[in-house]
Amino acid sequence: MNRGAYIIRRVLLLIPTLLAIYTLTFLLIHATPGGPWSQGEKPVPPLVLERLNAAYGLDDPLWKQYVNYLGNALQGDFGPSFAQRSRTVTDIIGQTFPVSLKLGLVAMVIALVIGITLGTIGALKHNGFLDYVTSFVAIIGISTPSYVVVSLLVLVLSSQFGWLPTGGWDGVVSTKIIIPALALSLYPSAVLARYTRSSMLDVLNADYIRTARAKGLTQRMVVIRHAIRNALIPVLTVSGVILADVITGSFFVESVYSVPGLGRYFVSSISERDYPVILGTVLLFGFVISVMNLIVDLLYPLLDPRIATR
Amino acid sequence: MQATPQVGTSVAAAQAVARETKVIGFWGSAWRQFRRNRLAVVSACFIVLIAIAAVIVPPLLPQTYAHQDLSVTLQGPSWRHPMGTDDLGRDVLTRMIFGARISLTVGVVVQLVILAIGVPMGLAAGYLGGKVDMLIMRLVDVLYAMPNLLFVILIMTFLRGQLGDEPSGALKVLSDLDSKTGGLVGVYIGLGLVSWLTVARIVRASTLSLKEKEYIEAARGLGAPGSQIIRKHLLPNTIAPIVVATTLGIPGAILYEAGISFLGLGVIPPMPSWGLMISDALPEMRSHPHLLIFPALVLSLTVLAFNFIGDGLRDALDPWMKR
Repeated sequence: MNRGAYIIRRVLLLIPTLLAIYTLTFLLIHATPGGPWSQGEKPVPPLVLERLNAAYGLDDPLWKQYVNYLGNALQGDFGPSFAQRSRTVTDIIGQTFPVSLKLGLVAMVIALVIGITLGTIGALKHNGFLDYVTSFVAIIGISTPSYVVVSLLVLVLSSQFGWLPTGGWDGVVSTKIIIPALALSLYPSAVLARYTRSSMLDVLNADYIRTARAKGLTQRMVVIRHAIRNALIPVLTVSGVILADVITGSFFVESVYSVPGLGRYFVSSISERDYPVILGTVLLFGFVISVMNLIVDLLYPLLDPRIATR
Repeated sequence: MQATPQVGTSVAAAQAVARETKVIGFWGSAWRQFRRNRLAVVSACFIVLIAIAAVIVPPLLPQTYAHQDLSVTLQGPSWRHPMGTDDLGRDVLTRMIFGARISLTVGVVVQLVILAIGVPMGLAAGYLGGKVDMLIMRLVDVLYAMPNLLFVILIMTFLRGQLGDEPSGALKVLSDLDSKTGGLVGVYIGLGLVSWLTVARIVRASTLSLKEKEYIEAARGLGAPGSQIIRKHLLPNTIAPIVVATTLGIPGAILYEAGISFLGLGVIPPMPSWGLMISDALPEMRSHPHLLIFPALVLSLTVLAFNFIGDGLRDALDPWMKR
């Protein structure tokens, strides 16, 4: 199969994937007892309930709701939010998703810098003291949940020393981003460090590195000119998946540090049975994850010609 | 891996060698290798300690996790309360021990669910091939694109709704289990449903490569039925990577449960969970840091220990990945 056809086939595969995600989510939320209007303190009078259901099309047969929402979604209309009836889902996502996205991207940049540095140091000092230190830091990063990290950072940097604000969001260029971005970047840094270390070790044992050494290059030049390029291939490919993870998975950091991102919305939308918000978020996140997977799969053979396209 | 059968004279020779040297076998040599990894052994001891605390200690405690003593609220660590008390005067150590029950149960039960789904799926995809393989791998691809945490919370909410009002039959069993575990059955099943993909992929990949091996062909040539080939030849040779993946899956499941309980969606109070204790501690963390530190520390150490054990097992069981 030639490359163009392969790419087109992979892009087209996004459609059944997203459709499957939509169907699964739709069935799950409608099979869950309780509706969007029964969540308040006072029970809604039956007449009002009937009118509300009629107004939002919830009295239609299920298949009709399924088709209607799908049709609207394809035209970019994800419906009104049930919990905040004056806002549409597109509004909510448009306001909150960029926040999660920016926070995620900043965290990813930090993670790449820290992860690749630690991993390279670990590989160069293989089984030495620095290797143990960096490996230990990495495994601590993997074992500590992000909400614990945020809390500890707030406890030390904000409460104890008063250097940084205790919560909130002011855009990327602000001191308020430091704590949530650091906390969010810890886990991906650790994963990237482990990947970099092991792939760097593989590369450093390769014949062409021995050749580079034999022709008299310094360790520095060997690493910078020859080793790091190949060592970063697996790192880059795993980065795509991690980036999707970071962008879509900052619930905890957002809720502890009061960042007005999409993650906080989603959690409350489930307990409020806010169907349009749930569907919109799942579809958006599913799309981000699939596209990242796709980019990684398409980049891989470009970065490493040894791997032929299927 | 298992030795492939030898033929003729080489069998006699091998037996002669075996008589002279002590045969330790695959698991024996793996155990030797594992014991040499100090970090993994220390971690295993730590987990055993936690497990003892979780399984044996609770009935011996002077009070239960919900016992309140409003005369001693928010105390720091002391002899009577080694980890202090919380805002309702409940003993933090007691709650930590019950929390260990929750965490270890989640870690183990979720892996059982994963194995129950992942192994048959992987075997079916790898062994049967063709349409079945394509169908299963499509499903895996779709689930890989699902945002995990969202999906788990959705499944959990769904199951909680199903178990809510007077269930009957099989649901009754689940419902009883649910009330005994503080409402976590949804977490077990939800997490299992999103996490079986890795195990299925591992089993599929090794089935695909094993199925072409000569000794499998020989077994088939001798007329062994498919079920016997799977049971006697494929599964035993797949077990090492499954053990590693399962062990390394435990910390993930523990962190997930803690996270979901942290969001207030997991365990139902007053049942304690380390995640819930952490989130309860946050508003008071400036004045009473001990409420945050103990659960956070033990949670991280437990996860860390399982990771070290998993790494140790991988080094011991997989001779090709040794580094």
